[in-house]
Amino acid sequence: MSDVLLEVENLVVKFPVFGGILLRRVGEVEAVKGISFQLHRGETLGLVGESGCGKTTVGRAIINILRAMSYRVEISGRILYHHASGVVDLQPLTRKQMRPYRADIQMVFQDPYSSLNPRKTVDQIVGEPLRIHTKMSRAERADRVRWLLEKVGLSARHMNRYPHEFSGGQRQRIGIARALATNPKIVIADEPVSALDVSIQAQVINLMQDLQEEFGLSYIFIAHDLSVVRHISNRIAVMSWGNIVEIGPADEIYQHPQHAYSKTLLAAAPRPDPAFNRRRRAR
Amino acid sequence: MNQLLSIRGLRTYFYTESGIAKAVDGVDLDIAQGEVLGLVGESGSGKSVTALSILRLIPDPPGRIVAGEILYKGRDLLKLSWDEIRKIRGNEISMVFQEPMTSLNPVFTIGMQVMEVIQAHEKVSKDEAHRRAVEILTEVGIPEPEKRMKQYPHHFSGGQRQRVMIAIALVLNPSLLIADEPTTALDVTIQAQILDLMLEMKERRAGASILLITHNLAVVAETCDRVAVMYGGKIQEIAGIDALFEAPFHPYTHGLLGSIPSVQGTKAHRLTVIPGSVPDIHSLPVGCKFVTRCPYAFEPCPDIEPPLIEDAPGHWVRCHLYPNGGKPALSPPGEPDKARSTRT
Repeated sequence: MSDVLLEVENLVVKFPVFGGILLRRVGEVEAVKGISFQLHRGETLGLVGESGCGKTTVGRAIINILRAMSYRVEISGRILYHHASGVVDLQPLTRKQMRPYRADIQMVFQDPYSSLNPRKTVDQIVGEPLRIHTKMSRAERADRVRWLLEKVGLSARHMNRYPHEFSGGQRQRIGIARALATNPKIVIADEPVSALDVSIQAQVINLMQDLQEEFGLSYIFIAHDLSVVRHISNRIAVMSWGNIVEIGPADEIYQHPQHAYSKTLLAAAPRPDPAFNRRRRAR
Repeated sequence: MNQLLSIRGLRTYFYTESGIAKAVDGVDLDIAQGEVLGLVGESGSGKSVTALSILRLIPDPPGRIVAGEILYKGRDLLKLSWDEIRKIRGNEISMVFQEPMTSLNPVFTIGMQVMEVIQAHEKVSKDEAHRRAVEILTEVGIPEPEKRMKQYPHHFSGGQRQRVMIAIALVLNPSLLIADEPTTALDVTIQAQILDLMLEMKERRAGASILLITHNLAVVAETCDRVAVMYGGKIQEIAGIDALFEAPFHPYTHGLLGSIPSVQGTKAHRLTVIPGSVPDIHSLPVGCKFVTRCPYAFEPCPDIEPPLIEDAPGHWVRCHLYPNGGKPALSPPGEPDKARSTRT
């Protein structure tokens, strides 16, 4: 567990703001203000915070897609990825240079409705990373897709169907199968269950935990739901206004939060416990 | 307690190309004066359609209220004319919706939108409407209300917009506020503020009630006096919150409570899950709606719909495990219970 897989050092992300008739750069938004943390092999690091705190930007910076998403975004700091044969700083890499590492770092998105191409079959969606990153033949790919679908609790019979034929929970399973296709080391999950119904959330969380155990995955789990983050994470980083205000073991943070913001956040979380709420209200 | 609203045998169906969707199929529900009633369910359970039916806001076609009565202070809302129901809306019963981003009109100032409600329902001067709008915005905690009245919705944050929505809903002092997922789109700290605000506003209005519709059981535990759990267009369980969270009867409620990870106490290694997914609304099971996912389903469940019976005082359940309002016929679900007791 002490084995470091990813080190983020002093990461800063600034989005420029353009304005005026000539759309000159008139200012900037500093979404991430110099954060550092480590991700260990096989662990789940939870990133919590309210909307706009920068947690999603951190995830996107790690997989290095910010430059593709946002014109003239300024990124500094280092994102050191410890792979089998050395250490590489992902931060300055171009799209082409990034490609060999992309198979190792995959992403699961929040919205299972918009993150799957509606015009492709499940087979094509889950097989796409294999087509790009491996030299597998068509038949080999089909075999692997079948295997992956069964791993995430879907049936190989579903291969030729389109996303609209599936429920939200099933779509999220397809998204997870796609992320796992290339045998990644790190999976960044950005609010993977917040769009799902309560009973389906639990299914997907359990699935993610089973897959982590089976494949030795490391997760960066980004979410605003404090109870879900606590349940799945070994360590948690609490973010506020682009900074990590507190980082530590999950139970430690939930039982003895140190920073004022962590305390506020925890106190605001509703609990399924009427007696507790009455005591809190009475105080 | 006096009943403010009584829903009896409400059926709201949607006639679509793929068949009849029985979104609400025989709902009985009472809301007492001064109480906060939670209506909980997952997507497609019929909770929002129940709420929209109360105010007759079901789009027709494809939807239609095909049966039932909704008695509000003794009058059946379903029998009222269009003009009469318009007088009920806002004056007597008002509603707050989920998306604070889309429920305000972006091209009118906040002041105009609050004043519109007052002027549509009461013959008052513009100055008087303005004065009351400022007053209600102050009450819901909008700083500098005079100045904010002149601003547009995009100047307001999500939490502030929801405050404005609550102001609009409460400006005419209705007796019943229906809040449909009022905090789902908001951050936790803002969510806590909005829930507190709603309860505070209710306390200041003697005898006013809230129907809070949500998928979030923790929010219910935080705010409600009683809870009704919906599944497959029917109420499956009704109880006081203590009874529901400490000793739920229905297997579905057990499953829901087991699916929530906790923020306190020892961490469970695995969450208990409800297997499968919500059945398609066009082809719900004939008998118990939960039968396809229930770990305790037995012989009568697939074919016979169990009645909603009062198994303990004030605690109603729709399940064959509780046949005569006595002890359950089979041992009730055990595992979720154990998982929960470790937290106390």
